Amino acid sequence: MYFAKEVLESSSKMRKRWEDEVKKLVSKWADQKPEAQWSTVSDLPIKRLYTPDDIKDMDFERDISYPGQYPYTRGNQVTGYRGKYWTFRMFSGMGDAATTNERWHMLLKEGQTGLSTAFDFPTLMGYDTDSPKARGECGKCGVAIDTLEDFLVLTKGIPLDKITTSMTINPPATALWAMYCAAAEIHGIPLNKIGGTIQNDMLKEFIAQKTLMCPPEPSVKLISDTVEFGTLHVPKWNTISISGYHIREAGATAVQELAFTLRDGMEYVEDVLRRKKLDVDSFGPRLSFFFNAHCDFFEEICKMRAARRIWAKAMKERYKSKDERSWWMRFHTQTAGCSLTAQQPYNNVVRTATQALSAVLGGTQSLHTNSLDEVWCLPSDFAVQIALRTQQIIAEETGAATTIDPLAGSYFVEALTNEMEKQAWDYIHKIDDMGGMVAAIEKGFPQLEISDAAYKFQRQIDSAEKIMVGVNKYVSTEKETIPFLEIDDKIELEQIERLAAVRRKRDSKAAMKCLSDLKAACKKGENVMPFCIEAVKALCSVQEICDVYREVYGEYRDPGLY
Amino acid sequence: MSDRKLRVMVAKPGLDGHDRGARVLARCFRDAGYEVIYTGCHQTPEQIVSAAVQEDVDLLGLSCLSGAHRYLYPAVTKLLKDKGADDIMVIGGGIIPEQDFQLLYDAGLKAIFVPGATLDTIVTWINTNVKPRA
Repeated sequence: MYFAKEVLESSSKMRKRWEDEVKKLVSKWADQKPEAQWSTVSDLPIKRLYTPDDIKDMDFERDISYPGQYPYTRGNQVTGYRGKYWTFRMFSGMGDAATTNERWHMLLKEGQTGLSTAFDFPTLMGYDTDSPKARGECGKCGVAIDTLEDFLVLTKGIPLDKITTSMTINPPATALWAMYCAAAEIHGIPLNKIGGTIQNDMLKEFIAQKTLMCPPEPSVKLISDTVEFGTLHVPKWNTISISGYHIREAGATAVQELAFTLRDGMEYVEDVLRRKKLDVDSFGPRLSFFFNAHCDFFEEICKMRAARRIWAKAMKERYKSKDERSWWMRFHTQTAGCSLTAQQPYNNVVRTATQALSAVLGGTQSLHTNSLDEVWCLPSDFAVQIALRTQQIIAEETGAATTIDPLAGSYFVEALTNEMEKQAWDYIHKIDDMGGMVAAIEKGFPQLEISDAAYKFQRQIDSAEKIMVGVNKYVSTEKETIPFLEIDDKIELEQIERLAAVRRKRDSKAAMKCLSDLKAACKKGENVMPFCIEAVKALCSVQEICDVYREVYGEYRDPGLY
Repeated sequence: MSDRKLRVMVAKPGLDGHDRGARVLARCFRDAGYEVIYTGCHQTPEQIVSAAVQEDVDLLGLSCLSGAHRYLYPAVTKLLKDKGADDIMVIGGGIIPEQDFQLLYDAGLKAIFVPGATLDTIVTWINTNVKPRA
């Protein structure tokens, strides 16, 4: 930023005086922390004070600019949150489809503005509830969906043309999205009217979340199929949510989350372009992102500001995109599950509130706030309501949404935004040099970088070098207990029975024909989406569809890197 | 009495992909001087037990955060017993509510570590309680 020469000169004089005074005071402190140890939760060093000197090389137009103007550091929307708050989108799913549908209606009644689906592990991994691999997991971490019948129960009474739904689904994304499309068709809603998001980001699965099915290359192929199908037929759908959330939860630093997520995004763009069916600006505007809001308040805000700037530059300069909507990084945020503590669980309400505030100040478009009991179980009605109210209080009472990007121009916030951007590009270029993200994953590079960070952090917690309240400081001897939401083991048998009933009643010849058509399409390298939609309509199950993929493309096993 | 290194297997049964704790522990055990075998995610109880027997481990540590520990941990200990390998000590960790502890101890687990256990606590417990099998 331009500062007059006199300003910098007087700043330099004042700094000298301030530094002397600091030195004098600090020397008297008995157990002072060495300067180098003051850092963010990700170990990024932080200075005691930031001044004009820290941002004097910035250019207002190039680096900061206006909301809705390149490079979008200050946000994509020209009206900020005055036009519309971020979407209050609570991630939820539990037990069977009917139970989850009930929770969805409760949340909508309480003022939630978008839906977000948590599936159980068998669904996430492409197994039916009756698979031996699924034993003990049904409905435990989310909702169990085996066939379109379950899906219709899940979406009962939900206006699919009015509310957007996000689905955290990765390897079987094609099958679950096909169910959504089929459900819309059954309700008489055309595909160009439905809106929502499938997470559908496999690269971060290999890196972090580990819901795995096929090897990286065919996984990316299936994703590109959805991007092409969505662009042509479901134009309001975000066919991918390029996710840093899980990368962070697996133990990454904020910079690693930023870098690996954006480099994943670039990999997807490059694959679609390689197929030569779509122009970058026909699909660029539908790419969406998903970040974590961890506990280090300013680091998170700066991460989000840096993310928008990096993506805008990548789309414009690297991929020569011309439509400014392709330059926008639109993202959802979730507060950090891994920052919550099992000890003194009510403190989690406070953690979630400050994390949510950082996401709002970082300009998120959509937000999930964790419930205080999520360390232990899926959230109870009581806990999820506090979490939703937390967003509503931030929106309606704090004034944080009144003006756009209120921290812009702060010496500290701008300097930290720049530093994080720089470090992220260093990682991105390193991965470019390795031959891209698929190649880097095959080498184990991002996985091991994250393992290093996770291990270091755990050691820092164990030695109380970094503090977690209630864990390694202010520990209470009394045990606080909270009510747990329990998922009854018996729902597994009920779900298996439901699936058996569907198999009995469906036209099995028609179902098998759909699966063999899908298999032929996979072998020929055709887009699988139209075949998936036919298959789910014929009541083929999630596993039957995924078994086709596993058969044609092979199965990927976690190499167990640590 | 053998003074060879302890052989420790860290295993993730079931479909759960939350492997941060398992990976951190695998590193910690390596730093503690054990020989470490980490299975990676998504192992069936059968795969885990056959690997533990084949690798001749002294200790098997199970990690599951999906809520399926009530089924999976006893399935592992039962299979070990069926194979006559129940001298392999089994411990478990993860998101395990206190009300499930007894069920897991009854199934043969020797210790359960939940949030708040430090790495050093776990290593100290192992050094005190686990000896290389004859």
